[in-house]
Amino acid sequence: MRYLPLTDNDRQAMLAKIGAATVDDLFVDVPEVARLDGPIHGLPMHAGEMAVERHMKKLAAKNLVAGEVPFFLGAGAYRHHVPASVDTIIQRGEFLTAYTPYQPEIAQGTLQMLLEFQTQVARLFGCAVANASLYDGSTACWEAVAMATRVTRRKRAVLSGALHPHYAQVVKTMAHFTGDTIADALPAITAEPDLDGLMARIDKETACVVVQYPDILGRISDLAAVAEAAHAKGALLVVVNTEPVALGAIKSPGEMGADIVVGEGQSLGVGLQFGGPYLGLFAVRDPKHVRQMPGRLCGETTDAEGKRGFVLTLSTREQHIRREKATSNICTNSGLCALAFTVHMTLLGERGLRELAAENHRLACLAADRLAKVPGVEVLNTAFFNEFTLMLGGKPAREITRDLADRGVLGGVSLGRLYPGVDALEHALLVAVTETTTEDDIEVLARELEASIKETV
Amino acid sequence: MNAPNQSGWKPEMTLAADGMHNGPATTTGNRALMLEEPLLFEIGRADVTGVDLPPVEAAAPTRLAGLARSETIGLVGLTEPETVRHYTRLSRQNYGIDLGFFPLGSCTMKHNPRLNEKVARLPGFADIHPLAPQNAVQGALEVIHQLGQWLCTLTGMPAVAMSPKAGAHGELCGILAIRAAHEARGDAREVVLVPESAHGTNPATAAFANYRVEDIPATPEGRVDVAALKARLGPDVAAVMITNPNTCGLFEKDFREIADAVHAVGGYVYCDGANFNAIVGKVRPGDLGVDAMHINLHKTFSTPHGGGGPGSGPVVLSEALAPYAPLPFVRQDAGGSYYLVEEEDREERGPTFGRMTAFHGQMGMFTRALTYMLSHGADGLKQVAEDAVLNANYILRSMEDILHAPFAASGPCMHEALFGDKDFTEGLTTLDVAKGLIDEGYHPMTVYFPLVVHGAMLVEPTETESKAAIDQFITAFRAVVERALSGDEALKQAPYYAPRRRLDETAAARKPKLAFEG
Repeated sequence: MRYLPLTDNDRQAMLAKIGAATVDDLFVDVPEVARLDGPIHGLPMHAGEMAVERHMKKLAAKNLVAGEVPFFLGAGAYRHHVPASVDTIIQRGEFLTAYTPYQPEIAQGTLQMLLEFQTQVARLFGCAVANASLYDGSTACWEAVAMATRVTRRKRAVLSGALHPHYAQVVKTMAHFTGDTIADALPAITAEPDLDGLMARIDKETACVVVQYPDILGRISDLAAVAEAAHAKGALLVVVNTEPVALGAIKSPGEMGADIVVGEGQSLGVGLQFGGPYLGLFAVRDPKHVRQMPGRLCGETTDAEGKRGFVLTLSTREQHIRREKATSNICTNSGLCALAFTVHMTLLGERGLRELAAENHRLACLAADRLAKVPGVEVLNTAFFNEFTLMLGGKPAREITRDLADRGVLGGVSLGRLYPGVDALEHALLVAVTETTTEDDIEVLARELEASIKETV
Repeated sequence: MNAPNQSGWKPEMTLAADGMHNGPATTTGNRALMLEEPLLFEIGRADVTGVDLPPVEAAAPTRLAGLARSETIGLVGLTEPETVRHYTRLSRQNYGIDLGFFPLGSCTMKHNPRLNEKVARLPGFADIHPLAPQNAVQGALEVIHQLGQWLCTLTGMPAVAMSPKAGAHGELCGILAIRAAHEARGDAREVVLVPESAHGTNPATAAFANYRVEDIPATPEGRVDVAALKARLGPDVAAVMITNPNTCGLFEKDFREIADAVHAVGGYVYCDGANFNAIVGKVRPGDLGVDAMHINLHKTFSTPHGGGGPGSGPVVLSEALAPYAPLPFVRQDAGGSYYLVEEEDREERGPTFGRMTAFHGQMGMFTRALTYMLSHGADGLKQVAEDAVLNANYILRSMEDILHAPFAASGPCMHEALFGDKDFTEGLTTLDVAKGLIDEGYHPMTVYFPLVVHGAMLVEPTETESKAAIDQFITAFRAVVERALSGDEALKQAPYYAPRRRLDETAAARKPKLAFEG
């Protein structure tokens, strides 16, 4: 077995040192009812690299690869070009096979990278401090709500109707068990989000109001008024960003007054990967909130010779020190995805991120204009970054996306998939456009969409 | 093979204790291959980029609702060669499994097979969208389904929830399923019992789910005090969370008896499966009365730790808890097609407790773990557990004559050996031994955990070390322990040869600098 270095002679010599006759003597404390005599039934026997790779390749071949077809899916996971050097760096064994940096003297590589990551995320979000990552955007969203309840000592959160429905589900699932109250809503199909309606729902019991930016329908709007309304009632504004590339083109949430900004960092460096592993981003605008943050934080210090170095810090917030009084139960987070994000962001820099964002927006504008010309299609949004909502005639959008997949086009995410059973939303289709989209792809989508809609009219 | 090395080096050639005065200082602060590297923000520039994109056209029409970003973001960039060099230099200040022995107890730092990495990067797995129509991702759904089935087989449990993102998230999944099951029968319970030797995540998870946590003491032999646990059981106890094998490295031999007692009062048994590597293919937790157990794919099933994640924490569930599993989950229809059960499927989803994460879990870890399972197979996985346990016992018996091993008389250990600092000279600590091991070229063991042993040192060799590597470690470990026993003051300043000497953690916390300023 290629991963097991012990030889039978080694095993015998080691058993002799231990004073055991057989290896089963070492399992003597396992009750007999639970012991298995032979190899477990139901699994195949061991196999060589070639056979395993062949098997896995067959499974991979059953999936329609995003990069091989015209592709327009988003809704919280975006396909961007990841520079080749990102994967080279994250495959270095010193990063890949390291552990959480508990021994800082031999983990300065990971720790310095984390300080760079925290700085990049904080600046992108317009915040003072970012943590060293959480699992993904949806769990970061719940952590933000939980933190807001700690900071304000209130137990009610108001969710915008245009928050990603899976994020809202995660928050509601957790709140059910913690006894917090969640006021949520369905998205209204309007060209611009109803911020007045949202602000009217904030009351003196509200711990936080949670707004997505750009929102689930791809809309963007100035949140400064929401921040003011929240603060006037003693509540915090939590802004959720699922497309960090957007922040190369539009104002940061911190600039508009957000208190906690969370995000999904998958767009940079990580890739689609069928939904995971992804990268939870978490930042606060006011440094006074740092001690209520969840997750790991890396900080600067000096070593015994006065050299600058980095350590995990403020760990009295964390489970391994505080146990049941910790701010979160999180332990392992998304370290390697944070590295991928940081390397990608380093390659982009200020200039590259702005150019990338501009290119996304340019192509999205092209696509919106072209698709608006398809009979039976209307573009809902007045404003958007790289994702917008189409209202389709004919069949429900969910059927159209399946039909498009059969035609070799991954044409978008139907709101019917995200909000099953909500009739008012079943004709809406979310279309995302990134720098990986070609003008040909847009033309193919327009043509096939037209054909698919026509079939039912 | 007990010689520390074969390079001709002899102990008397050791540098002076401070390691600094054997050659002239360098201008750069570098020492040959030991290279200092500034922060990105000290070398990057705002107008430099390592990607080639079209320049921004100022006059291009936008639909940004007047929200175009006018302020500078404050990011800096590097060209590709500079980026590769920066992060390669940083990587060389890290210790990893690829570099050497990493006996971090309870963390299972085993070799990460590179075939796993190759497979996870196949475009058919890496470049597929979580919301793609299900007819376009049948292979991905099959991976999740197959891996789930095999986790059930290996644990002897009827159901599995695949979406939890890491071990602690898996704990949360199990505890929420338990809460939901009690709620469903109108049985409000407030308490979760956790042994004092448990991982910190256990009490943190129970508290996060709004339970009150109560400690259960350990016996002098390092196991759960069954009498104390039974005495505390009652109608207010929702669950016990027990790690098995436990964090003292011992199998909880009374687990079945504990489980029966917990079930008798209407509670559930959560098993922390962090240490599953010791028993995979040898013992099925389902046969011991477990109701829920998470499996860290980044431990037992060899997916990389990546400097702190990502992990993956599928949770196997008993018949009693299976109906409450979180959404989404994968099923197979009569025609052999796979499909996701989500919020809409009201009849199929059952009384699920809800959703824990936006999508379907850690797909990138599933492909790696499945690749690993296929590589080892049923026979190889059994050998994994046997070798892991053999290696740990070999270390235990090779150290116990000089190092306090509080539970050495409690029988064989499982996958990890636990030691304490009882006989160290006053003033020398477990931390000093850990730092001394760094100078010897090792990643230290887990220290000061579990809390039930003073100055705990938890050594988990895993199965992917050769006997020669383990013998070398024992030689080095004994040498460092001897220094702690004999009161070698120089050990207090270790490490001498790492990229950094001891770091001032107190100063870091007192005045936190959590981002680059400037």
